[in-house]
Amino acid sequence: MDRWAGSRIVPGVCLRECKPARRRVWRNRRNTTLVLLAVGLTLIPVIMILYQITARGIATMDWEFLTSSMPFSFRREGGGFLNGLVGTAIMVGLASAISIPLGILAAVYIVEYGKRNWLAKLIRFFSDVMAGVPSVFVGLFVYTALVIQFGFGALMGAASLAIIMLPIIVRSTEEMLKLVPHELKDASYALGAAKWQTIMRVILPSAAPGISTGVMLAVGRAAGETAPLILTALGSYQLTAKLWGAPMSSLTLAIFDGARNPFAAGQARAWAGALELLIIVLVFTVVARVVASRSRISR
Amino acid sequence: MSPETLPVDANSERTGVTPLAAVAARDDSEISQGLAEKPVFAVRDLSVHYGKSIALKGVTMDIRPRRITAIIGPSGCGKSTLIRCFNRMNELIPGAQVSGEILYHGEDIYASGVDPVVVRRHIGMVFQRPNPFPKSIYDNVAFGAKINGYRGDMDELVERSLRRAALWDEVKGKLKKSALDLSGGQQQRLCIARAIAVEPDVILMDEPASALDPIATTRIEDLMQELKQEYSIIIVTHNMQQAARVSDETAFLYTEVDAETSARWGILVEFGDTGQIFTKPRDKRTEDYVSGRFG
Repeated sequence: MDRWAGSRIVPGVCLRECKPARRRVWRNRRNTTLVLLAVGLTLIPVIMILYQITARGIATMDWEFLTSSMPFSFRREGGGFLNGLVGTAIMVGLASAISIPLGILAAVYIVEYGKRNWLAKLIRFFSDVMAGVPSVFVGLFVYTALVIQFGFGALMGAASLAIIMLPIIVRSTEEMLKLVPHELKDASYALGAAKWQTIMRVILPSAAPGISTGVMLAVGRAAGETAPLILTALGSYQLTAKLWGAPMSSLTLAIFDGARNPFAAGQARAWAGALELLIIVLVFTVVARVVASRSRISR
Repeated sequence: MSPETLPVDANSERTGVTPLAAVAARDDSEISQGLAEKPVFAVRDLSVHYGKSIALKGVTMDIRPRRITAIIGPSGCGKSTLIRCFNRMNELIPGAQVSGEILYHGEDIYASGVDPVVVRRHIGMVFQRPNPFPKSIYDNVAFGAKINGYRGDMDELVERSLRRAALWDEVKGKLKKSALDLSGGQQQRLCIARAIAVEPDVILMDEPASALDPIATTRIEDLMQELKQEYSIIIVTHNMQQAARVSDETAFLYTEVDAETSARWGILVEFGDTGQIFTKPRDKRTEDYVSGRFG
């Protein structure tokens, strides 16, 4: 009872200067400050990374860097990461072609077909487990399963990236599908739509913006993977489009190689490569956002 | 096929020919022979369970064609459950079980081998909250025709449906705009246009005006009077004045409570001409309800 005695609002009394009000105002300010501080602390590393990469990479980032492959010596200046760029494009592209349709269909199964059955539970459980597996293990798995038999190559790299992308796509798509209001499904069924028609024409389009965000997250993650590619694509100085039988480079592998050698020219190329990768991932994310908001039709 | 020759002319052939359409067509010819009062729906001892609990018990009633039949009753008496039985929407709820029969033009829609998807193409539905798809106005109306593989003039179908739903004049300049930009009342009329675009025989309306303001409600009620020339309409409503205003026949549902287990289920107390239900109810419970003593 006592606690409330002072805080009761009575007209003309205690609207401005009473103790509980002051305490509340003070707490409010303190908490706002804490939240802002947390935001600031979170932003510091992001801004530092962006600044460092841009400042150090921009010097080497020129037309030659974008259009030519690595020189055979880290000591030599000039050249670029075209081999890595092409490798990343091929491997991430292949991995996306495998994992995006598969992941979306698996999520559709979990949400729309297998609500409570054991198979859906199993898929969801293993998606969670897979999402937590360190990527180097995925690389090791593909190494033992494919590389030992068929050698290093783009296909093996793509396989490892697809395994990494799959759980991210399944779980994010599942969350998005769950958010589709059931009123929309009812409307579709009431018009005589079959389940598959409802999924293709109502549920997936309604969830598309969210799904594409999740997919882009997965693509970004795959484009930034290094460890599994060391064990599957190996890396190469040469520009190649061979899908198997020859090692392939990627931007991340090229950055890794350039960064761990002691020569200034190689390190400079690694910085530029990091900037290139950053820009690519950024552009992809922005484009995905724009496409997604467009597909929701003009308001 | 022009709007004038649509279902008013009983012998006209319907668009969207599907197996059940043959049944509808057969019945239409019987109407023209003077058997006009053959019911659209004959409900026989219908019960609905959700899991182990019973929601609706032993409903028997006949729904007559080209009339508005209102279903009224207090909250939780199974009105929505009942109306969702007519197009088998209850099946979408996990654990729902329907027993008894609903004969649609003499054919049991719950018989084995009857495809609920086909049933729903004949029996359209409008829901409590307007639920347009997040697509353009045009695509909303065209949706049902598209999934049914309609091959006619889509522009014409969209225009005709919007005209019949009394929405055309308001939206004709912005058919490509998002349906979500319309007002609540317009969205609900769009949902009606969407439902009639597939040329159904019956339109089910589950509290179609409960989320709308009085002016929008009036428009929907006027529209229902127009539509009953061509369609049989079943409407669930919470609003007794609305039922009295718009309907030709009224069914009163009531909640029975088991004294021991305190389980609750809905039963059909009284069904008859709307005038009779509201002025000379036969059952005490109906009288109490329509005179506003509870509910």
